[in-house]
Amino acid sequence: MNILKFLTAGSVDDGKSTLIGRLLYDSEAILVDQLEALQRSNRKNDDGTIDLAILTDGLKAEREQGITIDVAYKYFQTEKRKFIIADTPGHIQYTRNMVTGASNSNLAIILIDARKGVIEQTIRHSFLVALLGLPQVVVAVNKMDMADFSEEVFNKIVEDYKNLAAKVGLNNITYIPVSALKGDNIVYPSVRMPWFKGSSLLAHLETVEIPVDTESDHARFPVQWIIRPQTDDLHDYRGYAGRVSSGSFRVNDKITVLPSGFSSKISKIELLDKEPEAALAGMSVTLHLEDEIDISRGDILVSAHNQPVVSQQIEADLCWMDTKALDTTHTYFIQHNSKVTRCRIKEILYKVNINTLEKEFDEDFRLNDIGRIVIKTADPLAFDLFQDNKSNGGAILIDGRTNVTVGALMFRANAD
Amino acid sequence: MKEQLDYLDELEAEAIYILREVAGQFEKPALLFSGGKDSITIVHLALKAFRPGKFPFPLVHIDTGHNFEETIIYRDQMIERIGEKLIVGYVQEDIDAGRAVEQKGKNASRNQLQTVTLLNTINKYQFDACIGGARRDEEKARAKERIFSVRDEFGQWDPKRQRPELWNLYNGKIHKGENVRVFPISNWTELDVWNYIRRENIPLPTIYFAHERDVITRGGQYMAASPFLNMDDEDVIERKNVRFRTVGDMTCTAAVESYAFLIDDIIDEISASRVSERGARMDDKVSEAAMEDRKKGGYF
Repeated sequence: MNILKFLTAGSVDDGKSTLIGRLLYDSEAILVDQLEALQRSNRKNDDGTIDLAILTDGLKAEREQGITIDVAYKYFQTEKRKFIIADTPGHIQYTRNMVTGASNSNLAIILIDARKGVIEQTIRHSFLVALLGLPQVVVAVNKMDMADFSEEVFNKIVEDYKNLAAKVGLNNITYIPVSALKGDNIVYPSVRMPWFKGSSLLAHLETVEIPVDTESDHARFPVQWIIRPQTDDLHDYRGYAGRVSSGSFRVNDKITVLPSGFSSKISKIELLDKEPEAALAGMSVTLHLEDEIDISRGDILVSAHNQPVVSQQIEADLCWMDTKALDTTHTYFIQHNSKVTRCRIKEILYKVNINTLEKEFDEDFRLNDIGRIVIKTADPLAFDLFQDNKSNGGAILIDGRTNVTVGALMFRANAD
Repeated sequence: MKEQLDYLDELEAEAIYILREVAGQFEKPALLFSGGKDSITIVHLALKAFRPGKFPFPLVHIDTGHNFEETIIYRDQMIERIGEKLIVGYVQEDIDAGRAVEQKGKNASRNQLQTVTLLNTINKYQFDACIGGARRDEEKARAKERIFSVRDEFGQWDPKRQRPELWNLYNGKIHKGENVRVFPISNWTELDVWNYIRRENIPLPTIYFAHERDVITRGGQYMAASPFLNMDDEDVIERKNVRFRTVGDMTCTAAVESYAFLIDDIIDEISASRVSERGARMDDKVSEAAMEDRKKGGYF
């Protein structure tokens, strides 16, 4: 069994919370006491049934406003998979929340209201999902009960969406007509849409294949911590602790340490009292090298045969996440894997109007703005391009005055 | 065939990664140890993250004085086995010094007083990060909790001030006086924890397993009869076969009737059970927003 992390993109009006509630409810992931709390809370649908949307509204302020304003993570499990849902709000003022949710997901469910079809927010959500490089997309056409469960309505939306997908560069799309309110095609196949031959949403989520990045040709291992017991019996012990971010490492593999450029060979892989043959993408291990090299937190061990770019000037997509606008004269911190250094935004190339996908050229970069910039860093970074290797191609910006995370960066080109 | 990690391997690797980030990013971290299965699991994960080296942090136990004896025995044996440093903060000391006031009445509990002692302990040792065993599946207010959750100098959690967490990049930068609560097993469910404990053969305090005990019924739940529980004539003591799903203060942790004597029985029981584990915590029953209010005040 493995884990599927997915994001739901849509607004309250599209029935997003109801869709998640229905998934949890029909897959019996809701426990009795949570159900009691639901019934106590007095929110009912017009027909007197329980309002499933309450299941995903977390905080008091949000319950009062009736909208979700943050990323809430929900968990459920079937016999085939463990699921982690990143539930994020869909309005434009919450773009940063959706970007955050998408960064922690490998599939997105884009909700479309069958009565409205592809609208401005669909464009926005699809653009963000493409920007964050999610490998799988489900387009769930919801409220089919209010569109007479019509095949024509569904097909028209699929055609419209295909045009949009081509425009923003989305692949691997699965289309499913659903009614979250009535439960059609969520967990159980719909009897009211016999024309639809595909799987229900849950059946699809249980079986969809997510590419695993264990190919060894771009092995990356950011060093988090050096283990040096310095006791009498372990006097010379020196282990590099970290998590393989992509590819895999095996004993005897040739590696290079970046940014210093020193080379060595893996002599041992450790995980407590085990010594696995290989360290695969995602595994946290301790690596040992044949040679004694000066390595510290922030360095990265990479395959000697396939090395990332080392540079101090990078072209990147930026999503701005702070209420205070970007200041090109200010020095920020950039955190890339375990490496933190200072940086400045050298140039704003353009911004993207995420409702129309048109490029805009103005100086202000404000909350939820997305665009292309050039960044200059104090120390060199060893990075891959985000589109080639997500795990080594993203970074965050931190404002040292507030210590808040103010931006998400996706590296697109070496600008040196 | 593609090589792929099993879900428990993935959760384990993520938690180890988070623990090592704490070691790398903070000057004076601490691991909050309650004696419950979640913090026991984190100790096990810390062994995987840092051995053969020492933990780069001490274990900190906030002792209400109303403990299940079994947890204290377990704690002391575990510390001896792993050879790490333990710091204990005593709620009783804060009560004696007048910094905390004992609750009155039938449902009096020292659960809330723990917050006072926790904050005092953090200040005394100047901890800048406290690792805890909270999970997002426990309760609605926890579903939006970050992995690195920033608290101000009063220990307060402000949902509006929480930082976006992108990919696996955790921003641990803080101002002096602030600290970060870190939750390495945020993405685990109760069942995941039990499956992991079984797979890794992690020993647990005996109260997690079915045993005979004197209990009284409060609010439809079984509470362990103890000198710490304020009882009156209406309370009837019964002998029941019970076990505990969480381990907290004796006055607020309810037992469930159970015949699960082995870990396999417990996993079967949870898989079939329709009551979530926090459902057995009296402290959450008060209001629907109970947890959120306590977190704002500096609770774990």
